[in-house]
Amino acid sequence: MIDLLYFARVREAIGVDGEVLPLPAGVAAVGDLLAWLATRSPRHAAALADRAAIRVAVNQAFAGDEAGVGDGDEVAVFPPVTGG
Amino acid sequence: MIAVRVQAEPFDAGAEIAALSAGRSDVGAVVSFTGLVRGDGGLTAMTLEHYPAMTAPAMARIAAEAAARWPLLGGTVVHRIGRLLPGDPIVLVAVAAAHRAAAFAAAEFLMDWLKTRAPLWKREEAGGEARWVEARREDDAAAARWEADG
Repeated sequence: MIDLLYFARVREAIGVDGEVLPLPAGVAAVGDLLAWLATRSPRHAAALADRAAIRVAVNQAFAGDEAGVGDGDEVAVFPPVTGG
Repeated sequence: MIAVRVQAEPFDAGAEIAALSAGRSDVGAVVSFTGLVRGDGGLTAMTLEHYPAMTAPAMARIAAEAAARWPLLGGTVVHRIGRLLPGDPIVLVAVAAAHRAAAFAAAEFLMDWLKTRAPLWKREEAGGEARWVEARREDDAAAARWEADG
């Protein structure tokens, strides 16, 4: 299982602040995970439609599309940060 | 050696800055930046959302990077979360060094990296409506100029 967390506009678009899902067979990288996540519902698809406006952290570290994702990971999906 | 904190409560910038040189004779330079909520455009409130498990660790990594790049003698970074009003302080970056070049550079570096690598998101309220602040290209450009040349 992976522990998905959603923040800000991503959370609003999907409608939940997180979910725990089984990692699908064949999905081992962030980019593939996002592509699969977008198929889960129209809200997921809308939230992830503009990939340029999506950032991901795996186990609390920023991760690009090529980064690995494995069972037990915490994967956060959010817009570009605006702190500071 | 740079302390980082994420908190809802206001901070006392003066006290934090003073603490960096109190009782020391090796600190010759203290540089600080305080970010405040501006009330322009009719803004009535700003809410900072954050990623509890990652915000403080990410700030600590940014702080460690600054301490590795410059000869610092101490520092404090405080970022507030929650609902803030115009005029409220949002963020404090304060660094101490023997000389001013390192202190100025590290403070600017810390702010540029906080703007682009600390997981927080601002939501502005104005005229009864709320909208998410968009990340700015200028902030990415500012952070990029600190990338090591090699």
